[in-house]
Parts: sequence; structure tokens; C-alpha cells
Amino acid sequence: MIGYLVRRLGGAVLVLFGLSLLLYGLFYLAPSDPAILTCGKGCTPDRLAEVRHAMGVDEPAATQYAHFVRGLVGGRDYPAGPATRHCPAPCLGYSFETDQPVTRLLLDRLPVSASLALGAEVLALTAGIGAGVLSGLHRYRWLDRIVNGLVLAGYAVPVFLVGLLLLLLFCVQLQWLPFPSYVPLTTDPLAWAQNLLLPWVALAVIQTAAYARLTRAGIQETLAEEHIRTARAYGLPERRIIWRRALRGALLPLVTLTAIDLAAVMTSAVLTETMFGLPGVGQLLVGAVNQIDLPVVVGVTLLAGLLIVAANTVADLLYRAVDPRVELR
Amino acid sequence: MSTLTVEDLRIRFGDTVAVDGLSFALPAGGTLGIVGESGSGKSATALALLGLHTSATIEGRIGFGDLDLTGLDDKRWRRVRGARIAMVFQEPLTALSPFHTIGDQIAEVYRLHTGASRKAARQRAVEVLRQVHIPDPARRASNYPHQFSGGMRQRALIAMALACRPQLIVADEPTTALDVTVQAQILDLLDEVRETTGTALLLISHDLGVVAGSTDRVVVMRRGIAVEQGETAAVLGAPADAYTRELLQAAPHPTPPRQIAGEPLLRLCGVRKHFKQRRREPVKAVDDVSVDVRSGETLGIVGESGTGKTTLARLMTGLLTPSAGTITLDGVDIARRRGGSVQMVFQDPLSSLNPRRTIGESIADPLRLSGVRDPRPRVEDLLERVGLAHREYDRYPHQLSGGMRQRVGIARALAPHPRLIICDEPVSSLDVTTQAQVLALLEDLREELGLTMVFVSHDLAVLRQIADRVAVLADGRIVEIGDTAQVYAAPQHPYTKELLAAVPVADPAEARRLRALRRSLDPQPETTSPQR
Repeated sequence: MIGYLVRRLGGAVLVLFGLSLLLYGLFYLAPSDPAILTCGKGCTPDRLAEVRHAMGVDEPAATQYAHFVRGLVGGRDYPAGPATRHCPAPCLGYSFETDQPVTRLLLDRLPVSASLALGAEVLALTAGIGAGVLSGLHRYRWLDRIVNGLVLAGYAVPVFLVGLLLLLLFCVQLQWLPFPSYVPLTTDPLAWAQNLLLPWVALAVIQTAAYARLTRAGIQETLAEEHIRTARAYGLPERRIIWRRALRGALLPLVTLTAIDLAAVMTSAVLTETMFGLPGVGQLLVGAVNQIDLPVVVGVTLLAGLLIVAANTVADLLYRAVDPRVELR
Repeated sequence: MSTLTVEDLRIRFGDTVAVDGLSFALPAGGTLGIVGESGSGKSATALALLGLHTSATIEGRIGFGDLDLTGLDDKRWRRVRGARIAMVFQEPLTALSPFHTIGDQIAEVYRLHTGASRKAARQRAVEVLRQVHIPDPARRASNYPHQFSGGMRQRALIAMALACRPQLIVADEPTTALDVTVQAQILDLLDEVRETTGTALLLISHDLGVVAGSTDRVVVMRRGIAVEQGETAAVLGAPADAYTRELLQAAPHPTPPRQIAGEPLLRLCGVRKHFKQRRREPVKAVDDVSVDVRSGETLGIVGESGTGKTTLARLMTGLLTPSAGTITLDGVDIARRRGGSVQMVFQDPLSSLNPRRTIGESIADPLRLSGVRDPRPRVEDLLERVGLAHREYDRYPHQLSGGMRQRVGIARALAPHPRLIICDEPVSSLDVTTQAQVLALLEDLREELGLTMVFVSHDLAVLRQIADRVAVLADGRIVEIGDTAQVYAAPQHPYTKELLAAVPVADPAEARRLRALRRSLDPQPETTSPQR
């Protein structure tokens, strides 16, 4: 177990190292020069050189990368004109567009994205497993067809449409909820949940479909297994068979999927974030791409990589907890 | 007084009649066997005794003590299941929940029916595990099923059956998935349990040998009808019905030995196959095997699961390369062999045929490989040669019966004119009458085409019929090899003796003699964990 975690950690470091190398290769060697954009209109060659030096893009790629790694460990200073900008460790770079260290930007945005992702997953799992069990137990009967139809309809409708409809209904027509804006959990938990309720629902509508389908298939598959027949042959009540035996087998594939979904939603729920005005990581990334704010793009991508690796590790540990046959090595 | 009285039982699935007018009685503490091939309705009967059918129409009367089971509602059924009638299933691998410990599963059943405390239920679980000879039961109760070997899992299932002290245990093919020595241990255990607890036993099997040594009375079923029933000794000793006689004759029987002194065709010299594992000792699947397969002979290779017999068969065909040693066919290294001179017949004909291609296409493949432009006429000849109609060419594997599929497997092996055929358990998944037909076909083909055969099997009775020489495999090594008659009459190695004593025989008197012999040999119940 300890050995597994150590190996996983080593693997994570390797993945992130490889990812950062690849990113540097792609972005910093690409023909577009971020300094020209930063320099703005009326840029003179002298001024451009100054900006290039301040941003650290005048050096060879290998040196730039070395600076990046050193900054990660020990922080880094950017000489920008009279005032030096300090980027404390772990420094993922400095966003000259927003005049902030990338790490700071990410740390500001992550709680928003995490709140969104966690709430949406909880909703989606509850609805998905519920719907999956219902239709799995009433396979090919009208209840199954209705549940399935609803779930697939939710999957097919684009998230911005769902979002707009929700906003129109609950904020404009009924005025039950305020127009969403982010309130930190620590400031006011109730307001936090109230503001996030609609984005959660909008995201969950899509995620639910996958979970419901998986649960439905899993329930059917497990109920057909021989140990279920044994349980019946020994007089176990049907309800206990479903909740204690069948669901456990059915949930196994969900563990992996949920963990990865969670990590993905944290960094890529751009549409939902934009629509509900949530300053999350996804928005940050899209903004950075538009501005060719390369340090931010690198930062977000590395964060996404880190989250995926972490989510997979948690999924493995959970899988092991649910299914004793699995060996971690 | 009878524990179980079945009167005129009819089970229908839609328009299909699975059981038609079955009647039998089982006295308290008695034993009854139900014998039949697949489709005979024996398992449908077993499920009906516990009310486990979901979509069947059941008519007739199943009297159990003072109850009529056919009229029970779900709630009252649950009070019977596991408490008064307990079932032991065929597949010990899948019959237990993989997510719960053995002890928890037994304790759960016990608590459900007796309302005992957690602690008392746990104690009962350990107690019954001890009763079925699980070593160190208190500790083993905390193991999951995958940490038990196949035989131990079946013991655990029997322990679960015993937990609530039922009046009747229904065992549906309880030993079919097990090795022959383990099968003997489980049958002996069921016998012992019945004697010590006084429960009645209904034993269902396709194998006359399994029923012969363990039951007082037997019912022979065919296509849902009981063709014959009576005292086991009488039915098996002097069968009145033609079908019972057919079953008895179909069981493999020794043939006069042939002495084949041909030149060695396939030579294995110091062959090893080790499979590497991460951070563990490598698995020595085949460990220093040297053997000659003589031209024209049938060499039998016998071994239980995990002894390396399938690995050895694959090495012989060149499908695997040995870690050490040499394998030569006519002096040429098997790895450099070209053409189809060595062919293989696999155990499970359903999974070894591509389900999306017609059987004719599957047989034609090796012919096309060897450059035949239009293989259809040759394939049709082959189909007829193995006893199928040439129009079967365009059918798919799932449309054929098991026996027909194995004939297809044989035809495919014959297609490229092989000199040597390696058969890996070719009749293990077949009913006994079909098995006899396929064995006869193989013998015919060997005669006619002058084939050399290697016949790998766990079944000593089958090998005794078909093999000229037998090699006994244990832990990847050949522990004994010799002429078939000699090995069976005077086994030298203790493992061979144990194997032979475990073979189920259809003669009740002989079966009892072997049980006594096994008790004197006293094989330790296997205690190892499964390797996979």
C-alpha cells in the first residue's frame, strides 16, 4: 500500500515533468511572440527588447525551462522596469496580462471550480444511481423507458440551453433564486449553496446520463451473477440483495468515472462558468488562450494534469475499498 | 417418513416443457441422485425445489415435511430457503459474493433465519467451517472467496448449507468444476456431513460415477422424463431402460492396449516454461519435461488444474516458446516448422471458433493460408468426414450443439493434413453420450489417416480408453509415464495412486471400495490458496 502510493507519487512527478516539457516545446517555441502583445500599440524595437527581457523570453528555450523549474522550487523575480515583480514558490510563471503570479491566479479560481464540480458530481451521482437502479430493476418496462428517455434527453440538450432555461425560470420568472455570483463557502455557506444551485443542476443534467446508464447496466449484470442466485436460495430478502450485493458490483465502474469527471469538470466547465458568471479555472484558461497569456495556459494545463493523476489515485484506492479482489501494486 | 415427496411435477417455460410428470420421494436422512445429460430437466427440478424459477409454470405437488411448497408465497418461501432446504451450487467460484468475507456470508444467513446475535452467528460460521475441514477456520472466516481455492470454496458453500441445520441439502453438480481428487474429497465430505448431521441429500449430476458412490436411490432423467428410478445398485447394476444402458455404455471403458514402437516424431528435451511475475517468483508452469511422442501412438497427458498441461500442449504446437530445452518434430525445431503438420483441438469449441464467421469459413482458413484457392469442396469433404452435413458450411457456431462444434474443431485441425494432433481436453465440456461419439470419431480418424495424437485431459477414464501411453503431470513435471494398462494396474507414484483412487466409477460397490481406499490413503485436504 505504502509502496503503491510512493510509486504513484513518482509516476505523478514524471507525468507532470513530461507535460511541462511538452508545453514548453509547444508554446514557447511557437512562432507567436507573447511580448508583442504585452508591449501593445506603438511598440518600438527597444521597448520590445525590454519587455522580452522582463518576461524572460529572450533567452534560449532550455534556459527558460530551467528558470521555470527553479521558480517552481524557489520562487523567481521578474525585472520589469523600475519595480521588480516577485513570484513566490511554487512559481508557475507570471501573468503580465493580469500582473499576477500564475499560482495566485489558480489559487483564487480553484475554490470556485471545486465548489462547482463537487456539488454537480454529488447531484449527478445521486440522480444517476437512483435513475439507474430504477430502470435496472424495471428493465424494458414503462418506468425504465421513461427514466431512460429523460436521462438521455438531458444528455442531448446543450448545457447553455439548460443553463439559460434555468436562469429564465428561477431567476427571472419565479425569482426564487438570485442571479448567481460566487460567494465563498467560508463567508456564507447558505449563500454559497443558493448561488451555486443552478450551475450544479445545469452540469449534473449532463453527467447524470452516463451514471444512470452505467448503473443500469451494472445492476442488470450483477443481478444475473450466480452469487445473487445463491443469496436468493438462502432466503435473503430482495431488497437486501439489491442494496447490499447487486449495487456494490454495479458501482465499481462508477468509481473510476466519477473521479476522472471530477478532475475534468474542475478545469474545463467553461460554458457553465461563463453562463453563470463564476470566476473558475475554465474561464481563466479561455481568457488566457485569447490573450496568448502563455504562463497561465501552462499553469492551468499542469493543474489539470495534477488533478487527473490525483483523481486516478483516489479512484484506485476507492476501488480497492469496494472490491477486495483488487490488488494495488 | 419422507422429507421430500415430489408428485407429478411439471415445469414449463412458455411452450417448452422442461420437466414432465416427475415423481420421487426422499426419506428423512436419505440420499437420492438425479442423473441426466444437459437438457434433461435435472437443474430445473432443483431450482423448483427452492422456488427459484421466475418465469416458469410449475404444476404438481412438492411435499416437504408438512408443507406443500408449490403453493408458497414469497415470504414463506424465504423461511424455507437456506433454513430447511439448503442448496449447494455448481460453480464455487461465482456462487459466493466476491465482496463479502466467507464468515460474513455464512453468518448473515444464520442470523437471518435464527435471529442470533452477531457474535453467535460468527461462532456458528467458524463452527461449520471447521465441520467441513477448513484449516484454521477462525482466521479463514475473515478471508474473501478469491483467497480460497476451488475445493475450499465448495467446502465453504457446504458449510453455508449446514449453518441452519437444514433437513435437506440439494447439491446441483457440486463437483463438476473441480479436479478429480478434490471432487472425491467433496463427495466424501457430503457423505460424512449427511452421516453426522442426519440431513437428507439430493445429489444432481451428469456423472453416473458421482451418483453411484454417494446415493441409495437414483432417478435417471431424459428430456424432462424420469426414464428409470430405483435402488442405485439395481439401476446401475442391471438397468431396465434402454437410455440408462446407453449412458452406462457411453462412459469411457478400457480398450485392449496397442503396443506402438514407432520412431519418435515429436521430441521434448529438458523443456521448461517459466512465466515471470512482478516482484514474485516466476511460475514454473512446465519444469524440465523430456518425453518422446512416437509416430502413430496416442500419448495421454493427465493432470489436474494448474499442473501445466495446457502450457505443455501449447509448447508442443509451437504456440509458446520454451524458456529452456528443445522441442523437435522429425529433428526440426518446432519454432521453425512451416505448414500445418501439427494442429490443435481446443477444449471449448464455442470460444475457439469465431462467432461472427460461418464454420465453413473457419475451417477454410488454414487451407487458404496454405494456398488453396477454392477451399469449399475440401471443407465440405472434411465436414462429412467428421459426421456433419456439408450444408453446415454456412451456419454459425451458436447454431450448433456442443458436440457438433467440437466436430468442427476437429475438422479445422484436420484441414491442413497434419501428422500430429494435440487435443487439449477435447471432450471435457460434452455430455457423456456425445463424448463417446467424439472419442470414437477421433479413434477412427487416427486409424484412417495414420495420425499421431497427444491427448491432454484431467479425466483418467477417457485417457484409459484412448491413450496407448500415459504421462502423469504434477507441478509441471512428469512424475510417471508408461503403457496405459501398466500405469492403471500398478501405479508407482503416490500422486498417480491418489488420482486413480479419486476417479468416480459407476459401479456402486467399487465406488464404496474406493471411498474406503481414499480414507486409508488419507489425502490431506488441500490448504493452498489459488494460484490465480
